[in-house]
Amino acid sequence: MNAPLSPADREPQPGLRVRLRDARLGDRGVIVDVQAEADGLDHGVDADELQRRLLEFGFVEGARIEVIHEGGIGHDPIAVKLDDMRIALRRRDAGDVMIQLDAA
Amino acid sequence: MTAALDPPVPLTPARIALVGNPNCGKTALFNALTGARQKVANYAGVTVERKEGALTTASGRRVQILDLPGTYSLRARSPDEAVTRDAVLGRLAGESPPDVVVCVADATNLRLVLRLILELKAVGRPLVLALNMYDIALRQGLKIDLEGLSKEIGAPIVTTVATRRRGIEELIAKVEAVLADLPPAPVSAWQELDAAQTKAAHRRAQGLMRAYVRPPEHPDTLTGRIDSVLLHPIWGMGLLLALLFVMFQAVFTGAAPAMDLIDQGFGQLAAMVSAGLPEGLLRGLVADGVIAGVGSVLVFLPQILILFLFIIMLEDSGYMARAAFLMDKIMGGAGLHGRAFIPLLSSFACAIPGIMSTRVIDNRRDRLTTILIAPLMTCSARIPVYTLIIGAVVPQKTLWGFISLQGLVMFGLYAAGIFSALGVSYVMRRVFWRGVSEPFMMELPTYKAPEPVNVLRSLWMRGKIFVQRAGRVILPLMIVVWFLSTFPSAPAGASGPGINYSFAGMIGHALAPIFAPIGFNWQMTVALIPGMAAREVAVAALGTVYAVGGSAATSLAATLHQSWSLASGLAFLAWYVFAPQCVATLAVVRRETNSWRWPIIMFAYMLALAYGAAFIVYQTAVALGAG
Repeated sequence: MNAPLSPADREPQPGLRVRLRDARLGDRGVIVDVQAEADGLDHGVDADELQRRLLEFGFVEGARIEVIHEGGIGHDPIAVKLDDMRIALRRRDAGDVMIQLDAA
Repeated sequence: MTAALDPPVPLTPARIALVGNPNCGKTALFNALTGARQKVANYAGVTVERKEGALTTASGRRVQILDLPGTYSLRARSPDEAVTRDAVLGRLAGESPPDVVVCVADATNLRLVLRLILELKAVGRPLVLALNMYDIALRQGLKIDLEGLSKEIGAPIVTTVATRRRGIEELIAKVEAVLADLPPAPVSAWQELDAAQTKAAHRRAQGLMRAYVRPPEHPDTLTGRIDSVLLHPIWGMGLLLALLFVMFQAVFTGAAPAMDLIDQGFGQLAAMVSAGLPEGLLRGLVADGVIAGVGSVLVFLPQILILFLFIIMLEDSGYMARAAFLMDKIMGGAGLHGRAFIPLLSSFACAIPGIMSTRVIDNRRDRLTTILIAPLMTCSARIPVYTLIIGAVVPQKTLWGFISLQGLVMFGLYAAGIFSALGVSYVMRRVFWRGVSEPFMMELPTYKAPEPVNVLRSLWMRGKIFVQRAGRVILPLMIVVWFLSTFPSAPAGASGPGINYSFAGMIGHALAPIFAPIGFNWQMTVALIPGMAAREVAVAALGTVYAVGGSAATSLAATLHQSWSLASGLAFLAWYVFAPQCVATLAVVRRETNSWRWPIIMFAYMLALAYGAAFIVYQTAVALGAG
C-alpha cells in the first residue's frame, strides 16, 4: 500500500517508473502496466472494475501518455493526453496506471 | 418512381441502429439522415431517452433509424449504455433487433471505436462503418486505407461529414445494399470481456491502426491551445465564472420582456373569457383554473429556452466536459460528480429542466444525489414570494453605507439554498450509499463550433419536452387547487374571503396548530395549499386570503406589514428555502427515477428541513424580541 505522495514533492526523474496518481504536470512517457491492485482507497467500485474502466478508456500498455492539465486545488483532477485522446480523471483513481517516464 | 415497381418493396420498414463513442457526431448524422422526422420518447421501464427517426430510400424502402446512446464498449455501466447493449443484442423488451448496425466513428479519433467495432463484429449483425468528420481528417492530413480497413473488419465503410450533409446518400445506399442481402438471423458470440480480453482487443485495434491509418501530418493543436487557457487553474476558473454571469444575465434580464408579454397575454385572455362567460363556476374554472394554470407554466418558457440554448451550445462545443473538470474538486468535496454542476446551475431557473438535464451523469447514484438536491437551488418561482415577504417585513435599511438590508436577506436566502444542498449531498453520501462517488473519468472532446441547425433542433426538442411534461402535471393540479379553494362556497351573507370556507380553508385551519410553533397564522397556512401547485401562486393566494383586490403587490405588502411580525415573516422565508412546494418537480422526479420512492424521500427530507429551519428562525427571532 503506497500513500499518494504529493506530486510537487517529487523531483523530476527521467527514466523513472511512476504511478499516474503521482505524476507531475508535464510528465510524459509510456504506460508499462495497468494493474488491478487493492490499494486501500475507496473508488466506489472494486479493483477489477476500476482496471477494466481504465482499460476501456485506452489506458493500455504501450500507450503514450502526458499529463497536460491539473486542477488548482491539490493538483487534482488531472487531464492526460493518451495517444491522440484527452482524458480527465481523478488522481485517486489513477494509482493502477504505471508509467515509464521518457529519458530526458 | 419507377424503381419502386421491381423488385417489390418490403412492407415492414427496415430497422437501423446508430452506435458510436460519445462525441463522434452521431446526433448530427442522425439529424442529417432523418431531418424533422424524429420522435423522442422513453424506453419502456427505464428513463433513457429513445430517439427514433424515419427515412425513405431512393428506391422507396422505408427505414426506421434508432439513435442509441454513445458508449465506449458493450459492457454497460450506465442505464444509457445498457440500452445500447440490449438494443444491439436484440434483448430490449418490445423492440425487435436492428437489421443493420451503423457504427459512427470520429475519423480523427479511431482507436477506441475500432475496439467497439471488434465487439460489434462479435455480435454478428451486419455492420456499416460511417467515418464521420472526414473533412477534418483530410485537413489534418490523416490517411486511412479505407479499402484495407473495410476488408479487415468485414464491413463497408462510408466517409461522411454529417454537418454538411456529405456522404449521406452514399451511406443510405450502402445500408440498402446490405439490407438487400441480409444473412439469416445471426447467433451472437458476444460476451463481456474481462481485463485480459480487453487488453487483447486493444492490441488488435492498435494493430489495425498501425496497418491502415497513417497519423495526421498536421494534428489538431487548437484544442490544446484553447485548453491551456480554459483549463488553467486561475484563468479557466475566472472565465467559467464570467460565462456563468453572462448566462444568468441573459436568463433573467433577457427573458423579462417575453415573460411580461406572456403574462399580459394570459391576463388579457382570462379577462376576455371572463367577459364572455356568465358569472359562475364555469367562468372561475376556465379563467382562474385552466388559463391561469397554463400561463403559470408558459411564463417560465423564455427563461428555460435561453438556459437550454446556453447548455446545448456548451455541450455541442465540447466546453461542458471542461466545466465538469474545473468544478470536480469543489463538487467532489460534497460527494458530487463534476457533471452535476450544470444541472444544479439550471435549477436556479427551474428545478424541472435541471432534473431533466441530470441525464448527462452516467452513474445512477451520482445522478440521484443531484436530482434530490436540485430543488434546493433557488428557482425563479421563489423570487416573487421572496420579494413580497422581504418587502413586507424586512426594514429598508442600509448597512455600512452601501449594503441594503433587504438585498442582504435575499442573498442570504440564495446562499442558504446552496450550502444546504451541499450539506444534504454530503449527508446522503454517508447515509444512503456510504463511500465516495464512482471513478470520475471522461473524454475531453476536441472543440467544435456548434452547428446552428442542430442547436435549434435540440432546443425545439427540449422545449417541447418541458412544455409537455410540466403541462401535463401543472394543468390538472391547478384545476385541483382551484377546486379546493372554491368549494364549498361561502354561505350567503358570510363575511371574510370565500377561501376561508373552502376545503383549502378547512385544511389550513386544521393544520394551523402544527404550524403555530413556527409562527404561521392560519392565513399563511391556507396560502401554502394553493402554493403547492407552483411556488409563486402563494403570492396570489395570500392576496385572496387577505382579500386584497387587484394585483397591486404594494397594497398586499402593506397589509402583510401590518399583520405579520418580523419573526413570522422570516420563518415564512426560511420555510420557502426548503419546502417541497412544487408538485410539478416531484412529478418530474417520479418520471426521471421511474419510482415513487425518490419523490417521497425528497418530499420528506425537504419538509423536515423546512419545518426545522422555520422553527429555529422563528424561535430565535422571538427570543431576540422580534415576535
